[in-house]
Amino acid sequence: MIVLDTGAILPRRGGIFGALSDAFWRHPKLLVFLMLTPPVLWFGIIYLGSLLALLLQSFYSLDEFSGLVVPEFTLSTYAQLFRPSNFDIIVRTVLMAAAVTLASGIVAFPIAYMAARYAKGKWKALFYLGVMLPLWSSYLVKVYAWKLILAKEGILNWVFESLRLTPLLDAFLSIPVIGGNSLSVSYTGTFLVFLYIWLPYMILPTQAALERVPVNLIDASGDLGATPFQTFWHVIFPLALPGLVAGSIFTFSLTLGDYIIPNIVGSSRQIIGQAVYAQQGSAGNIPLAAAFTVVPIVIMGLYLWMAKRLGAFDAL
Amino acid sequence: MTSAVSLQQVSRHFGPIRAMDAVDLEIAPGEFFAMLGPSGSGKTTCLRVIAGFEQPTAGHIEIFGETAEGVPPYRRNVNTVFQDYALFPHLNVLDNVAYSLMLRKVDKAERHRQAEDALAMVKLSGYGARRPGQLSGGQRQRVALARAIVNRPKVLLLDEPLGALDLKLRESMQEELKSLQRSLGITFIFVTHDQGEALSMADRVAVFSDGKVMQVGTPEEIYNRPNSRFVADFVGSSNLLPPDFTATITGQRAWASLRPEAIHITPSDGAAMQGRVTARSFMGSTVRLGLYVNGASLHAVVPASGNSANVDDMVGVLFAPEALHLMERET
Repeated sequence: MIVLDTGAILPRRGGIFGALSDAFWRHPKLLVFLMLTPPVLWFGIIYLGSLLALLLQSFYSLDEFSGLVVPEFTLSTYAQLFRPSNFDIIVRTVLMAAAVTLASGIVAFPIAYMAARYAKGKWKALFYLGVMLPLWSSYLVKVYAWKLILAKEGILNWVFESLRLTPLLDAFLSIPVIGGNSLSVSYTGTFLVFLYIWLPYMILPTQAALERVPVNLIDASGDLGATPFQTFWHVIFPLALPGLVAGSIFTFSLTLGDYIIPNIVGSSRQIIGQAVYAQQGSAGNIPLAAAFTVVPIVIMGLYLWMAKRLGAFDAL
Repeated sequence: MTSAVSLQQVSRHFGPIRAMDAVDLEIAPGEFFAMLGPSGSGKTTCLRVIAGFEQPTAGHIEIFGETAEGVPPYRRNVNTVFQDYALFPHLNVLDNVAYSLMLRKVDKAERHRQAEDALAMVKLSGYGARRPGQLSGGQRQRVALARAIVNRPKVLLLDEPLGALDLKLRESMQEELKSLQRSLGITFIFVTHDQGEALSMADRVAVFSDGKVMQVGTPEEIYNRPNSRFVADFVGSSNLLPPDFTATITGQRAWASLRPEAIHITPSDGAAMQGRVTARSFMGSTVRLGLYVNGASLHAVVPASGNSANVDDMVGVLFAPEALHLMERET
């Protein structure tokens, strides 16, 4: 046995780190305070502060004649949101976001389910790589690529032509609202690009939620007499719902705020992101831009409240 | 009479691993049957094959006379209490218990009434509105039990149901499980690695080792007349006597088992068989002695009162020759 020539209490560690370790051990709150201060300042002032400043702007108004912002409290800017031209933008955006979210959920779920339940080892790595790879390449490149795919001279048209299905595509494009001159200038085009770009944000949280569903719950459900479909509906789906809701928060809010995709692929009718961009830029109407920005925040708040009411977070 | 569960030469192989190897079992209706064995012995696989979670690689299974291989779990009137309970975290206790009734489209009021009855049976009345996460381990176990018996299955499978409970709770649950089984009259098949639990609760016990059934019998048979060294060693704390030792007493060369409580300690003077005490531990009402006798190590459990043998003392060792049980199997 090695006998160490030391007392019961070891001497102080020397140096600044030794002293700091002792001080932090005696005053644990000091450490927490020092660790939290920078991020709280950053988050509080830069993140939330700028948002509050923006909200404040929405209660100002624009003088119609001088084009200057009048810094007096008013709700008139919010009233402007309800003008038909502006309200149409809101409705259009919410419908688009809802459609994109719903479609993302439908496309993402089977992929997430396969990855969570069946993919092991290198197949799982391949899954993550496949889902994330599009996120690592430039957003603009992807959107422009889609513009080319969807254009009248694009590959999709060529495929329809080769299969002698052009009349089918034309019939679809002649449908009002979702149709247009070509897919690249239609809502359908915008929708497809949104769906493609945001899909990883839906797949990953859904897969994480499904991964946490214990296999023995699935066994237990079958044991108690549930067919695979009943097990899916009564056990797997409710337990995956928080993940789907988390994913939908991404797809929904990202669609509500985006202005680049509809600018490149889509019709000339605006969605909220474009309206904000136009109002704060060329129109110089900061108050209206701010009021438009509040809309997605309110909608997301309502959405989460509804999701909670419907029990989406019961499994957490 | 048809068996509740009948396994005929059932095997379940996972690649090269023989989790179950040609298992034959006949379990009678209304029986409390224990499957006992160390971990990896195939007892849980056997349970999962009966439940339908695993399909046998070979062999034939009947449940109340009906062929069960190829039948999915949801079409077997067999329910399972899982080792870690497997309660649905998103449902409250009442809906957990009523789950199987909900699947059968029993209307809400009726299934809640039946679920309440099942909860009362496991002494959890009034807990229906809670979430599984708000219950203790023992309470969750009772919910799992209530959920499994609510629709009166033909066979109830229990996978180490008491494994996660502390000793006191385990003992009271043993009693309750026994009386529940008597009042319901359902066949219980019970997997455990705890020999004390298997012996005290079961009508019959099957001892598993390496995917095979070593011995099937009543607890008394298993305990007093183990057919193999493995069973003698695993069930209780029997002394295993090598053939050479047995030959000096019975004249027969075979492995034998000798229960520690069958050994008596006498003064060493004039004793026919003498031994040296190698260890002594006080167990309350009894004392456990380690003995070294004629080249064999034995242990004896003797009454604590009036026993003063200490380590390194020479003592007389006495046991009735018929207490020596010769085993028919080699291993």
